[in-house]
Amino acid sequence: MKLHLKIWRQKDASSKGQIKEYPLNGVEGDMSFLEMLDVLNEELINKGEEPVEFDHDCREGICGSCSLQINGEPHGPDRMVTTCQLHMRKFKDGDTIVIEPFRAKAFPVLKDLIVDRSSFDRIQQAGGYISVNTSGNTVDANAIPIEKEKADEAMDAATCIGCGACVAACKNASAMLFTSAKVSQFALLPQGQVEATERVQNMVRQMDLEGFGNCTNTGACEIECPKGISLENIARLNREYLTASLKG
Amino acid sequence: MAVLDSKAPSGPLADKWTKHKNEIDLVNPANKRNIDVIVVGTGLAGGSAAATLAELGYNVKTFCYQDSPRRAHSIAAQGGINAAKNYQGDGDSNYRLFYDTVKGGDYRSREANVYRLAEVSSNIIDQCVAQGVPFAREYGGLLDNRSFGGVLVSRTFYAKGQTGQQLLLGAYAAMNRQINRGKIQAMNRHEMMDLVLVDGKARGIIARDLVTGEIERHSAHAVVLATGGYGNVFFLSTNAMGSNVMAAWRAHRRGAFFANPCFTQIHPTCIPVSGDHQSKLTLMSESLRNDGRIWVPKRIEDAKAIREGNLKPTQLKEEDRDYYLERRYPAFGNLVPRDVASRAAKERCDAGFGVNKTGEAVFLDFDAAIMRYGKEKALTSGMKDADNASVRRLGEEIIEAKYGNLFQMYEKIVDENPYKTPMQIYPAVHYTMGGLWVDYNLQTTIPGCYAAGEANFSDHGANRLGASALMQGLADGYFVLPYTIGDYLSNDIRTGTIPTDSPEFDAAEKDVKDRIAKLMGGKGTHSVDYYHKKLGKIMWNKCGMSRNAKELQEAIDEIAALRSDFWENVKILGSADTMNQELEKAGRVADFLELGELFAKDALTRNESCGGHFREEYQTPEGEALRDDENFKFVSAWEYKGAPKEAVLHKEELVYENIELKTRSYK
Repeated sequence: MKLHLKIWRQKDASSKGQIKEYPLNGVEGDMSFLEMLDVLNEELINKGEEPVEFDHDCREGICGSCSLQINGEPHGPDRMVTTCQLHMRKFKDGDTIVIEPFRAKAFPVLKDLIVDRSSFDRIQQAGGYISVNTSGNTVDANAIPIEKEKADEAMDAATCIGCGACVAACKNASAMLFTSAKVSQFALLPQGQVEATERVQNMVRQMDLEGFGNCTNTGACEIECPKGISLENIARLNREYLTASLKG
Repeated sequence: MAVLDSKAPSGPLADKWTKHKNEIDLVNPANKRNIDVIVVGTGLAGGSAAATLAELGYNVKTFCYQDSPRRAHSIAAQGGINAAKNYQGDGDSNYRLFYDTVKGGDYRSREANVYRLAEVSSNIIDQCVAQGVPFAREYGGLLDNRSFGGVLVSRTFYAKGQTGQQLLLGAYAAMNRQINRGKIQAMNRHEMMDLVLVDGKARGIIARDLVTGEIERHSAHAVVLATGGYGNVFFLSTNAMGSNVMAAWRAHRRGAFFANPCFTQIHPTCIPVSGDHQSKLTLMSESLRNDGRIWVPKRIEDAKAIREGNLKPTQLKEEDRDYYLERRYPAFGNLVPRDVASRAAKERCDAGFGVNKTGEAVFLDFDAAIMRYGKEKALTSGMKDADNASVRRLGEEIIEAKYGNLFQMYEKIVDENPYKTPMQIYPAVHYTMGGLWVDYNLQTTIPGCYAAGEANFSDHGANRLGASALMQGLADGYFVLPYTIGDYLSNDIRTGTIPTDSPEFDAAEKDVKDRIAKLMGGKGTHSVDYYHKKLGKIMWNKCGMSRNAKELQEAIDEIAALRSDFWENVKILGSADTMNQELEKAGRVADFLELGELFAKDALTRNESCGGHFREEYQTPEGEALRDDENFKFVSAWEYKGAPKEAVLHKEELVYENIELKTRSYK
């Protein structure tokens, strides 16, 4: 198929960017979206033009590197997939596709389609862990039985890949879904109880410091999340936060 | 040859590690604060090592090329992690895990290392549960297990099909705790470009800031390389796009021996190649072989009809199907080790029984499992005479609960519903058993330079068993390296900070800058990918699932020629002092072009078949691997001497005191 691409080009963090147009022929339905960009880049290089830079790594939907806003939607039109798992069969011959980086104050653009998501790391550093030494001298794993349903729920929250689609989808650029996924994982497990108060307070404080917006419960994040992280996690974070506040 | 001292402790196998830990020197907590350690790579091995070293009190700097440590490719491991917990009461033990691993590796790994791995495996599970890793559980609230290839017990712990992700996020969380305390400085989007030696010891690295292009000097008292494997030398593999051999290869060029480069794992169950545009291959977890049955048509004309789209696989009657693994290996059936399953698939496809357009695919069929689970579920739900459709629906629900994310991934990529029609799969490059040679302490032949996880060669011999990579990465990082590195660092308590303004750092930085300038100065006719794809084709065709002397020699010559073409004609646009992904790729491909040749040379030197290394000249009449213990019971450790063809072979003879060497049989 033949496509008409409109792609955000930006030299570096301090330069102004702009949309540039590229026609592309010979795209096949079996190609992933990123493989389509590989084909474009090969063409650009052969023409002596600088290729389009974008974050990507595992190309199997789990590392969370890829971060493209495609026709206004994070990871494009398909549901429950990252950009690398989006296939060109979801598009038609002659389509125009607008490709931009994820947009948020806390995700500054570094080059072309690449953004800086280190704000996510700093939220995790503020409390996204259980303070247990890694010596291995803990109790036997089966000494902590956990109700299967709770364990499964914790697992569902833990599958967040930290891609930032939730932020890019949110009109407030809020990181509540991301932050709540980690808070929920530990809130649902007995191991997480000891530090629950501090954890939620510190992670929320860091989230605010990074310049993410507030949550107004529109639910766009849940729809665009490639891993189906549920809005229930945000409700759980709010409960945890309230409980922590009451404890002081 | 005397340079290769494994330093494996003497004494009974089960006591070696404890004895060693009791005898090695320690560094007191106050002195640890004066010692710096660099960890390159933040996957399971690097992340867990960095967290533990920082927790012990060392000052740690981590480096990764990704934008966050959480994105290292350990994240993509699906199926599970082994541990000799024997929670199922099915006869598992440290010895059995040790035995299975050595046998699975076709008797080419070091006994003492493998036993230690088995010994600490249980601790890994305890540790991860304490960290809040949400492993799968049974209804009673205890941990669940499943089976993997090459073993007869259920010892694999898992978190749906995302075990690697959950374990990596556990290690990343442990890192974050130390970053928050100021004990780890995480240098993300940084790539190690060279290792710096001072007085023969590893004392730092030269790194490139991938955002600004700046070349930086970082010093330390020891350097840990946990940079994964080199499967991307084949271009197409299940590795991440950025996975590369640069750090390990730079260390090799500075004096670290490279061991068993030709031992590569070709994983049997991957989604087949769909076209020339393909950039990577996707694994379908080995756990699927718990329930999936592998087959091709019995009659060649049926295979042809399926290929041409005139016959659907579901139309083929049971008696017209060849479940070739069950036929050839009745004891292990579909759960034979990966090397065996891959070769068997290739054998059927080469014989003309392949089932997709390219003739390079076999079926992985869940129909029997769906019906079996469905019947059981119907009975336990009180539906005594459920019809077929209901049984099928119930069975599909159970398969979905077990493997839902894998089935979804398959459907997104292939555009076929694997609940209704069998999956098509074919082997693909997945893991490299070879890597930097290390002794029992995980130290390379350069003092102060350590290698952990897939980057070293130590535990898997010529073939790795499923769910053992995660085990080894975390064992090295959490429980082995933090002890053994202390023994070395105990000599550095009075050294003080290593200066970065020394002539050694000057020289290393100049080398790096010259190399980048040379890459950028190519005449510019072909892209980096052009060369990478050509290299991949040579590797796959001549150094892949089966190898022979003639083609290996051809590969050596072709790779050398391609390498000189690359250095002359590669085309990299943009500049080196800014973000430049083509330049990043070029540096990595340049090293693959050297490693690939050494790989072929190693394969040519090893005149036997063992594990994933199958030499056509050395096989039994039934087509099984023919090992030669008399002449090849050693680890090949290559010393860099300039061009790969000049590399010098050193041998570490393998000693088996606790296991009798046998022909591996899964029949």
